[in-house]
Amino acid sequence: MVNEVCLRTLDLERPWLMEQYQSRGGYEVLKQVLSEKRAPEDIIEEVKKSGLRGRGGAGFPTGLKWSFISRNAPGQKYVVCNSDEGEPGTFKDRDILRYNPHQLIEGMILAGYAIGATRGYNYIRGEFWEPYERFEQALQEAREAGFLGDNLLGSGFDFELHTHLGGGAYICGEETALLESIEGKKGQPRYKPPFPAHFGLYGRPTIINNTESLASIPMILEKGGEWFADIGVKNSGGSKLFSISGNINNPGVFEIPMGTPFSELLEMAGGMKDGRKIKAVIPGGSSAPVIPGEQMMDLNMDYDSIAGAGSMLGSGAVIVLDDTNCMVKTLERMSYFYHEESCGQCTPCREGTGWLYRVVHRIETGQGRQEDLDLLDDVADKISGKTICALGDAAALPVQGMLRHYRDEFQYHIDHKRCMVGAG
Amino acid sequence: MTDKLVTFEVNGQELQAEAGSMLIEATDAAGINIPRFCYHKKLSIAANCRMCLVEVEKVPKPLPACATPVTEGMKVYTRSPKALAAQKGTMEFLLINHPLDCPICDQGGECELQDVAIGYGRDVSRYSEGKRVVADKNIGPLIATDMTRCIHCTRCVRFGEEIAGIREMGATGRGEHMVIGTYIEKSVDSEMSGNIIDLCPVGALTSKPFRFNARAWELTQVEAIAPHDSLGSNLNLHLRGNKVMRVHPKDNESINETWISDRDRFSYEGLYSSDRLTSPMVKKGGEWKEVSWEMALEMAAASLKEIGDGDQIGTLISPTSTLEELYLAQKLMRGLGCNNIDSRLRQGDFRMDATQNSVHWLGSTLSDMDQMQTVFVVGGNIRKEQPILAHRLRKAALNGAKLHYLNPIQIDLNHSGEQDICTPGEMAGRLAAVAKAAGVKASGGAASLLNAAQADESAKQTAANLKAADGALVMLGAMAQAHPDYALLHTIAAALAEATGAQLSILPASANSVGAQLAGAVPHLQAGGSVADHAGLDTLQMLKMPRKGYLLLGVEPGRDFWNGSLSMSALQSADLVVAISAFRSPELEECADILLPMAIFTETSGTYVNAEGRWQQSRGVVRPQGESRPGWKILRVLGNLTDQAGFDYTDSQQIHDEIHQLCESATLDNKQAAPQNLEPQLSADGLLRGGDTPLYACDPLVRRATALQQTQDAGSDTIRLHPEEAARLGLDGSDTALVKQNGNQIDLPLQLDERIPQGCVWISTSLARTSTLGQPFGEVTVEKA
Repeated sequence: MVNEVCLRTLDLERPWLMEQYQSRGGYEVLKQVLSEKRAPEDIIEEVKKSGLRGRGGAGFPTGLKWSFISRNAPGQKYVVCNSDEGEPGTFKDRDILRYNPHQLIEGMILAGYAIGATRGYNYIRGEFWEPYERFEQALQEAREAGFLGDNLLGSGFDFELHTHLGGGAYICGEETALLESIEGKKGQPRYKPPFPAHFGLYGRPTIINNTESLASIPMILEKGGEWFADIGVKNSGGSKLFSISGNINNPGVFEIPMGTPFSELLEMAGGMKDGRKIKAVIPGGSSAPVIPGEQMMDLNMDYDSIAGAGSMLGSGAVIVLDDTNCMVKTLERMSYFYHEESCGQCTPCREGTGWLYRVVHRIETGQGRQEDLDLLDDVADKISGKTICALGDAAALPVQGMLRHYRDEFQYHIDHKRCMVGAG
Repeated sequence: MTDKLVTFEVNGQELQAEAGSMLIEATDAAGINIPRFCYHKKLSIAANCRMCLVEVEKVPKPLPACATPVTEGMKVYTRSPKALAAQKGTMEFLLINHPLDCPICDQGGECELQDVAIGYGRDVSRYSEGKRVVADKNIGPLIATDMTRCIHCTRCVRFGEEIAGIREMGATGRGEHMVIGTYIEKSVDSEMSGNIIDLCPVGALTSKPFRFNARAWELTQVEAIAPHDSLGSNLNLHLRGNKVMRVHPKDNESINETWISDRDRFSYEGLYSSDRLTSPMVKKGGEWKEVSWEMALEMAAASLKEIGDGDQIGTLISPTSTLEELYLAQKLMRGLGCNNIDSRLRQGDFRMDATQNSVHWLGSTLSDMDQMQTVFVVGGNIRKEQPILAHRLRKAALNGAKLHYLNPIQIDLNHSGEQDICTPGEMAGRLAAVAKAAGVKASGGAASLLNAAQADESAKQTAANLKAADGALVMLGAMAQAHPDYALLHTIAAALAEATGAQLSILPASANSVGAQLAGAVPHLQAGGSVADHAGLDTLQMLKMPRKGYLLLGVEPGRDFWNGSLSMSALQSADLVVAISAFRSPELEECADILLPMAIFTETSGTYVNAEGRWQQSRGVVRPQGESRPGWKILRVLGNLTDQAGFDYTDSQQIHDEIHQLCESATLDNKQAAPQNLEPQLSADGLLRGGDTPLYACDPLVRRATALQQTQDAGSDTIRLHPEEAARLGLDGSDTALVKQNGNQIDLPLQLDERIPQGCVWISTSLARTSTLGQPFGEVTVEKA
């Protein structure tokens, strides 16, 4: 059960081409839905049945999200795909765009059909130039084949899809900041409510889903929601793309069933580099709290299992750290990232992320003070849950996670003004 | 929105509020204080400062009170440990990068951050790293910046987008590097930009003219009424000792809401101009001599009486005078047998006077302006005439109203609207086209224009929008009133309003334009606003048929008149000019024989009747400068010295009460019979001058407000031409051009400007040099200098 859904064309030559996608049955579901005029409610029901949860990181049930849109409300509605894959460690959507862009296109058309939207935008991360070109090329092919434009395949349903290339800000991966960015404004999250389902792009009802979520739709509709749900485990339906990186032999993207033991994933990724000891794993992108390696070896890759260990599955970005890593330095690098990427809109994150970074930085550089660890806890706590979007939480969580499991390493840095890890 | 009330609890206290309204509105109404920085009742909700976080039962995270709608049964705690922890956390974050330079900050003592820090801050900062520093940019003569102090509440940004209607301030950069500013160094040019000084909770944006002049705790606050435009915006004057240090708005929801225009905010600087007239003076053998009040008053009274024939005197009064001054001046002069009294100094055509029997006004209350569905402005650049009124129109436009403009120049709108632009000579014809489209039958004075008019698509659209609206205005602005065919524009506009069910609105030009009519300070109406028994000469007649003597009140020859050169020649040729004035000017000194120093604005008490007919009184709150005296006292003594009865006032309130009684049956009504035989005065062919009165050139006080005079809106002594018109006149490539009008000529710098219609030369009036030319709309020649 590897590469069953989003990467189903990966074994083919030049898998991103329309003909290759169609050779695996691509666009058949769309044709069927359009010709049979399948009831949109039916499609949403099928997605609900599949147990598909948002693959961008938050894990919100996709079918439920779609059902918030009042399909019969008059006026324009939008489908927006979030391909602004910016969470450090995450590089799975890139492979969908590179190797199977048509499945995303088909998924977006189906989503549009389900909610009654005739326009879609795919917001692609600014640094993704090759994926952007692949996606544009796929759009061209789809347009020529009549899958995009007016009156798709004579069904009376119109759907047009545009690419929007981002400018390189992490915050634009936050759904409402992404909408602002498409509208040509500074990428800053909106206060919610209202949620995009009611007030989205240009103030219109909008669904916004992750690339992987939308690319999963054609297979869910082809083989049925239950088929998809059964791939995974309870509460974590389907398969999932994991982008695994760090001190391992074979970093890359693996599409495997939800609930696969971490140890198996690590094995697929070639195991630890140079046979070193696993020290820690950041299981769901940099904002997921760190889990000690030993504990991680006993966990499975699904929402509940990882949550049970005090972290989160997030976007499926697994960063594996071996025992040569200094946790202070690791946290310093992550804190710098959030400090740099805070949009600056709301106070706790704008001011707090810089503070966190500076305190971690001084501990790392041997300037730490005895009160610093309590200060870090306190500052992280004052950011957490006090901001407009989740970036504040994302900045606070790694700090809290590191201090929970590796407080002694931080204390050692403060006491001895140097690292306890040889390589540090 | 529903108006259903919900009941909820805040700190155990039961409150009710409209469902869907925000928690902070309810707590503010109930007097429960929740600290905040980004929230402002007139701006959209940003929820970015996170200072107003409160605890709501059953919600795990603290919620911002500004963005949390009230719901039935909700239980809120604004000072629970959880709420306080969140609030104190935000406070600490706000302070880590704030310079804490309160002792050298102009906002110190009236700073929202400072105030809230007392309640929610720590004694000592836990943050010991370097702080953010932001380089300042010069954003113009009105607003000083210290952006290092900015706490990024974005009130100024939202003000620009939402209220001023131009996005001048914005946020650039991310995270700690986010900076509020104009991005490129440029001046903030909105005519209501000063409001961001009030909005800024910290010392990032402060008043440049006021900067470092006083501390908040040294100031006392007193109320006043703004004396420039016809709104009568409510002000709070901040005084130190006997001096006005600055001006702030006073909330009045039905007039200026929370805002004031920059003109109302910064004009106080003019009070302290070096050309204040501070002692009575008489001209002897061409030399000015200071004299005692007794001597000056006796000479003035005797000289006026000496003229003998009252009809040989002209009385010209500034429409920014107080109601009491307007009333007493006309009472004095009518008592001397003079009915030649006018205060409409910039009007270009008085043919409507013959049939006017009521007081002209805005035609609507100010608060109803926001509700209009169609407004058709004829000859008006409202933003640059009466900024706060323009804000009301903008609100109407944002509510979906259709706004149409007919102007001899393309104007900058800050809302959606259609502009029909033509030469001054074509205006009446274009207006007639709209009237024709609305089905106005050709009759009366405008019959021939209406007959000749062709209703094109734009005219039909305007007429249709006026008809379709539930609440519509046809508004005659300052440029219409200055037009030599104002009577035609007025007549056609009235017929158009009648035919479409719209109200006719005659935008009062000045602070007391309505008051002047009620006070009888116009030749055709007497005190109380009824038709005068003996109509006198209007401004134009008084100047075209020069009188032997003139009484001027608050008026500057040249710059305050429709036809500057004509005003100078008429006044210069007179045997006697008595001027009651707050200021000296070379022109005034050239024309006048006796100068009586007058207290103005803050220095004198008085009444202003605004555009909607609202009477508002202002007190004298600072001592008059030098020997100057309130106008009403000067006029009272002149009444006594000319042996007139009824001049025994001891207090301006008595004058107010007297006028008020006279006005009991006065009606504000723009309806009147259309005069017959209105021949167009301005030909539609040939090169015509167009001219507006720049925003900060309108009255003597504003003209002396130094900071305002450094802004864009001060206007410039230039000639503006469409590039193609310049080419046609052989002026392409020239820097200057020679302008001739009515036998006067000056050379002026040339500016190419595509907003000027071809066939028209734009020269603003009332400026130092342009006021030596003639009327704003008329024939003109332009050639190479």
